[in-house]
Amino acid sequence: MTRGVNPKVDPGRVLEIEHVEIDGMDISGHWNRMYEQRVIFDYDIHQLDRVTELDGGESMGWCYQCAQCIAVCPVDHVGSYGPRKIFRNLQLGQDLFTDDDLWLCTTCANCLRVCPKEVDMLQIMPAVRKEAVLAGAVPAELQDVFEKTARYGNPLGKNAKRRAAWTKGLDVEVPLISEVGRKVDVLWWVSDYPSYHPRGIDASRALARVLTHLGVDFAILGADERHDGDSMLRAGETGLFEMLAEQNIETLNGYEFDVLLTTDPHAYNAFLHEYPQRGGTYNAVHYTQFLEERIEALGLTEQIDRTITFHDPCYLGRHNGEYDAPRNLIDALPGSEFVEMWRNKENGYCCGGGGGGMWLDGLAADNQNMRLSEKRVLEAVETGADTLCVVCPYEVSRFEDAVKSTNNDGNLEVLDIAELLATALGLPTD
Amino acid sequence: MDIGVLLRAVPDPVEELELNDDETDLDRDYLGYVLNEFDEHALEEALLLKEDTDGSVTAYALGTADEVEQMLFTAIAKGADKAVKVGDGLGALDAHAQADLFVGALGEHDLILCGVQASDEIDGQVAMLVSAKLGHPHVSVVVGTSPGADTLTITKEYWAGITASYEVSLPAVLGIQAARQAPRYVAVSRIRQAQESGALTETDADPPSSSSGITITAVRIPETGAGAEMIDGDEEAAADRIIELLAAAGVGGAA
Repeated sequence: MTRGVNPKVDPGRVLEIEHVEIDGMDISGHWNRMYEQRVIFDYDIHQLDRVTELDGGESMGWCYQCAQCIAVCPVDHVGSYGPRKIFRNLQLGQDLFTDDDLWLCTTCANCLRVCPKEVDMLQIMPAVRKEAVLAGAVPAELQDVFEKTARYGNPLGKNAKRRAAWTKGLDVEVPLISEVGRKVDVLWWVSDYPSYHPRGIDASRALARVLTHLGVDFAILGADERHDGDSMLRAGETGLFEMLAEQNIETLNGYEFDVLLTTDPHAYNAFLHEYPQRGGTYNAVHYTQFLEERIEALGLTEQIDRTITFHDPCYLGRHNGEYDAPRNLIDALPGSEFVEMWRNKENGYCCGGGGGGMWLDGLAADNQNMRLSEKRVLEAVETGADTLCVVCPYEVSRFEDAVKSTNNDGNLEVLDIAELLATALGLPTD
Repeated sequence: MDIGVLLRAVPDPVEELELNDDETDLDRDYLGYVLNEFDEHALEEALLLKEDTDGSVTAYALGTADEVEQMLFTAIAKGADKAVKVGDGLGALDAHAQADLFVGALGEHDLILCGVQASDEIDGQVAMLVSAKLGHPHVSVVVGTSPGADTLTITKEYWAGITASYEVSLPAVLGIQAARQAPRYVAVSRIRQAQESGALTETDADPPSSSSGITITAVRIPETGAGAEMIDGDEEAAADRIIELLAAAGVGGAA
């Protein structure tokens, strides 16, 4: 048997002794082949260097290809993706700055959780995307959302003045803090989809009723609230994030309140980790945490005859460690049964909406064999649950669409925990 | 190639559009304004030509709305070398008045690009009025340009997918229907840098006395229809139903 010589090695410089005896021992044969030169590193790594040279991009170079990330990357489960593969492609000359791969990461943070080298895609992806955004290399669907958010303060492109329109005709009062004229206990940061999306509005109206039932002294900002910017930051539009944060901090610092109650885990994340370094320090609380502390006071009475499973939002769970509050609320629903999906808590599967994914459906369709939300809905159906409970406003519409597209209409209902709580309180849910 | 681009602010349809008290115009007190979409394409085509010819771009906008400065900063951020805001607090203007103001402010350019129309105008004639006043050749409904030595080859769109190629001597004025590519994205941080760049100048301009001679006597908000009918059945049944509906509406005579 003869073994091939690496074509990059000059055969004239390979030493193989056909008949050789050393200290009386015959070591003839191919296995004594010695290479005078040996190729250890022959990649053109300038594309990798372009990433590692960025502020935030350094850790891309730390990957040692163990592939633990691939097992947990939600995008790899519906395609071929993940930090290890990105590192390898960069070695082989991929221009990540213009490749679709740049936009597939949802910043769900499961890779970082398992990475022994702490390769941090939560820093790497926004750093590379920032350069792509500055160069104008943005997928058209995301460009449209950036422009709408800059102009109207919400990614839906809705009229900013109609941000509080969801409160019209509601049977409870939702005061505007600008009209209250005093300090309030709770300033409710409603966010975009709960203000404008029909199903988000359902959850907002339910939460308003639950807060009123609890006798909470709360108010909202209405038209003065703008998109929190967190997802824009992860999507690389740093300037847009800075602009929104400046505007929001100026607004918030003009009012007095004890608790900043957030509906959206992305907003919650921004208030915890991004706003303080820019002069906006608030006692931000996710609504599931706020309500969990008041389970007794809620006095849930009505039977909820449902089998419920729960989807952990990445930015509430993995990013900020809150797994119990929503589960304790579900447990408190009288008559309901709770079942976990096989991927839960720290290993929860991403819905696909984070890191700009909310607005990259077309790009995802071109690169994946199904949506992440569809994969997740199939897991929810597999549990035998009839209800998928969500606590992030990106999810209701994503999962409801996925229920339809996976032909599970009628098998699974997607409900916000606020809707379930309102029902368990006998409150209206329209 | 030295290019001038004419930009106009138009009412933002995201806002609820309401009529003024005498119902002759929108109630402009509470309106928001955005850059006219066709002008956005004119700017994109100008920037592409700048890149093709190592040229320069100057953006002009009339001071008809508060948002105009932001539009000009965005143009600078996208690659315009200079931006000129013409007048301030001018209010709503017809095409003739707009053309007069633009011509009064324009410097020397090899080429002037303008959107072929704007959503709030009546006659869609700003580009041709500017060309007439300057005595330059004009082509309208342009969907692409390609620079030559002293000329420009342009593609003009006709009906039914027909396009024609023209060679235009310079200087010229073009009405742009669509740029060769979708208008580019510019990062918010670049727009903020543009605000500090000093590339925006303002020129005084009085509201012009000329006008199109057209007076608007009434504006109406479209009436909302009573609903849609979903037609069931195979194509034969659907076709019969459509003919029935058309006949009932008095279209096509007796069926």
